[in-house]
Amino acid sequence: MTISIDPQKTNNESLQPKGWLRYFSFSLDHKVIGIQYLVCGFLFYLIGGTLASAIRIELASPMSDFMPRDVYNQVLTLHGTIMIFLWIVPVVNGAFGNYLIPFYVGARDMAFPRLNAVAFWLIPPSGLMLVASYFVEGAAQAGWTAYPPLSITTPQSGQIIWILSVLLLGGSSIFGGINFIATIIKLRRPGLKLMQLPMYCWAMLGTSLLVVLSTPVLAGTLILLSFDIIANTGFFNPVLGGNVVVYQHLFWFYSHPAVYIMVLPAFGLVSEILPVHARKPLFGYTTMVFSIMGIVVLGLVVWAHHMFTSGTPPWMRLFFTIATAFIAVPTGIKFFNWVATLWGGKISINSAMLFSCGFIINFVFGGITGVALAQVPFDIHVHDTYFVVAHFHYIVYGGTVFIIFSSIYHWFPKVTGKMLNEKLGILHFIITFIGFNLCFAPQHWLGLNGMPRRVAEYDPQFQFVNQISSLGALLMAISTIPFLINVFLSARNGKDAGDNPWNALTPEWLTSSPPPVENWEGEAPLVEEPYGYGKEIS
Amino acid sequence: MLNKKFYLILIISLVFAISFWIGFNVNLLPAEASINAPIYDELFKILFIIGLIIFIGMTIAVIYSLFKFRKRNDQIGDGIALEGNLSLEIVWTIIPSIIVLLIGLYSYNIYDRMGGMKELNHNHEMMSSNTEKIWAGISQTSDNEIAINNLSIEVSAMQFAFLFNYPKGNFISGELHVPVDQKVSMKMESKDVIHAFWVPEFRIKQDIIPGQPTILNFTPTKVGKYPIICAELCGPYHGGMRASIIVEEESDYNEWFNKNKKPEVNL
Repeated sequence: MTISIDPQKTNNESLQPKGWLRYFSFSLDHKVIGIQYLVCGFLFYLIGGTLASAIRIELASPMSDFMPRDVYNQVLTLHGTIMIFLWIVPVVNGAFGNYLIPFYVGARDMAFPRLNAVAFWLIPPSGLMLVASYFVEGAAQAGWTAYPPLSITTPQSGQIIWILSVLLLGGSSIFGGINFIATIIKLRRPGLKLMQLPMYCWAMLGTSLLVVLSTPVLAGTLILLSFDIIANTGFFNPVLGGNVVVYQHLFWFYSHPAVYIMVLPAFGLVSEILPVHARKPLFGYTTMVFSIMGIVVLGLVVWAHHMFTSGTPPWMRLFFTIATAFIAVPTGIKFFNWVATLWGGKISINSAMLFSCGFIINFVFGGITGVALAQVPFDIHVHDTYFVVAHFHYIVYGGTVFIIFSSIYHWFPKVTGKMLNEKLGILHFIITFIGFNLCFAPQHWLGLNGMPRRVAEYDPQFQFVNQISSLGALLMAISTIPFLINVFLSARNGKDAGDNPWNALTPEWLTSSPPPVENWEGEAPLVEEPYGYGKEIS
Repeated sequence: MLNKKFYLILIISLVFAISFWIGFNVNLLPAEASINAPIYDELFKILFIIGLIIFIGMTIAVIYSLFKFRKRNDQIGDGIALEGNLSLEIVWTIIPSIIVLLIGLYSYNIYDRMGGMKELNHNHEMMSSNTEKIWAGISQTSDNEIAINNLSIEVSAMQFAFLFNYPKGNFISGELHVPVDQKVSMKMESKDVIHAFWVPEFRIKQDIIPGQPTILNFTPTKVGKYPIICAELCGPYHGGMRASIIVEEESDYNEWFNKNKKPEVNL
């Protein structure tokens, strides 16, 4: 059966607004949607960062004196939820995925453009709803993990709005995941083989599998939790015979893969950035693909390592220790491959490169503390302490957020046609790198020596180290200033980038900057060697 | 060529030497006050040294590459078209696998020595009066069994306090008093939300869960007063949910115990 539809009409191009208004419309263009994700995510990053600053101000003194204790718990809950569900997940998946994947597979758009627009437009209302819940009866205050019975006994409106918001964001994430899988598998340009795809496609394929497999479990769990809150059911409420540990299993069945949903796309992005600026092929393409898939499989069977001190029997603790520690192997392969990609290159030391190298150093550190935390006897002492806080900020901030910035420096010329200012970029990197390490490295010591996480007050003996940490947080807040100045000035007055300022070989650079509506004027190019640096082709 | 190898070996030995020196000389942990603590610190030291070697090594490799292979102003063109090296990739798959496996086996051994792999409900004294299922916890420490009699204590946690019930003395205390070098066996249950019992100087932690009793056994080895910290977010005053554990000589403990003891008839 063939249905002939005029391609011009299916795209609804005449109905789509032009110019900057596109970004406020229900646009079906994957590039517009990508930018919508990025800018929306960044606005929420600023909100989440403000909340983080409030936490560090509170912790600059041992007493609970900056805000009321229940507000402090709301702030830390919102900080975690916003940073995960409204900044990192939408940006590394939605923003870069939507912008880049159609280019990489040689398609004119995503497989389901309308679903794509719906997925994005679920985010702003649910994010605003989450933030606005503070003004109803106070926001949720049970942490981003929302463990019952605490989440059942705290004020209900905040927790229910939190659940609705996370459900919508999870839905958005699932729509996005289905779309990426369909696009990568089915929309590849004729002649383009799977093993010729740029690494980010593989990372997004793995990530989307995790999204589709694990996010529904979170949705189901939160719906049951909402029944416990509104309808007095007893799934997780021990007063009614419920089991609180079951919630933790279900929650972490999503939320540990969520870590890989946050870092695998970053692994993909750094694999695109390093070869371009080091002028070398990506080292070990095949092992990179297999290690991504290895991480996907292992990532689904390690969730109980978040529960070593709660209701887990000894044999379960042992199994999850070994499974978790083994994730270090495929992850390690990727890091060795990236260093080998740098080795023998002709490296341009620019902002994108520096942020990527900062990512490698930070993530190796976070990975090492991660292997230590996987060991049950080690974890029993430091679980739920500032050691864990430091560990996961090394992974998600030192890892993923560094790559988000690296990617912005790398793809800004493609998106806008203008170069970002390198001096401001390097200044941004230096302040971020110093501020980040100053903020989080001392927190390892705090955790080892007896400071639990999620507290508004602590022993006076920890004051000095906490103040160092707060100083680091201040530097991190300051570091966004040169970045924002850079983005606004360069978008207006930046140097013209041309189509391919980095002389890169991946397909998004083989069109104009910014690219036309359907990506290429003519037919999509066939890029068989996206990393063919140092070879004599074209 | 020989020169290159010499420098490589020199750098690797330096990385090892620095890591070992830091591992043995920098103490990041609080005082050791239970049988578990020195076992824990042994594991910590080994993980710390291995971690330092990997971290320092990777950092040097990244920074060296940035310097050595940076693009000079007069250079054009690409780097070498090296797409992979199978034997190298096999090496850096197998070596980390072996390290991870050894760490896993070693930490299993540590966990076993801490008593983690023991049957959870074998404390006869406690089980005789109570046949509830014990869901989780850390059981007996297996070696250095100094103590003959267990001291049984029932812990209940609530927003935002710990209460310690001494069944033998038929009294409840807000402070946990225990004699030094005697095994303490605690059954813990929460009255409202999830809490956790953490004594950093003992290197032990166990969640206290409503509806699911957990156990935690330990043997203090050093006289002193240590903080008991709630480590699971339990509400607005979570940061203030503290108690003290007072480890004292047996005679001091007995004096305290006899002073608080209530006659059995009140049962």
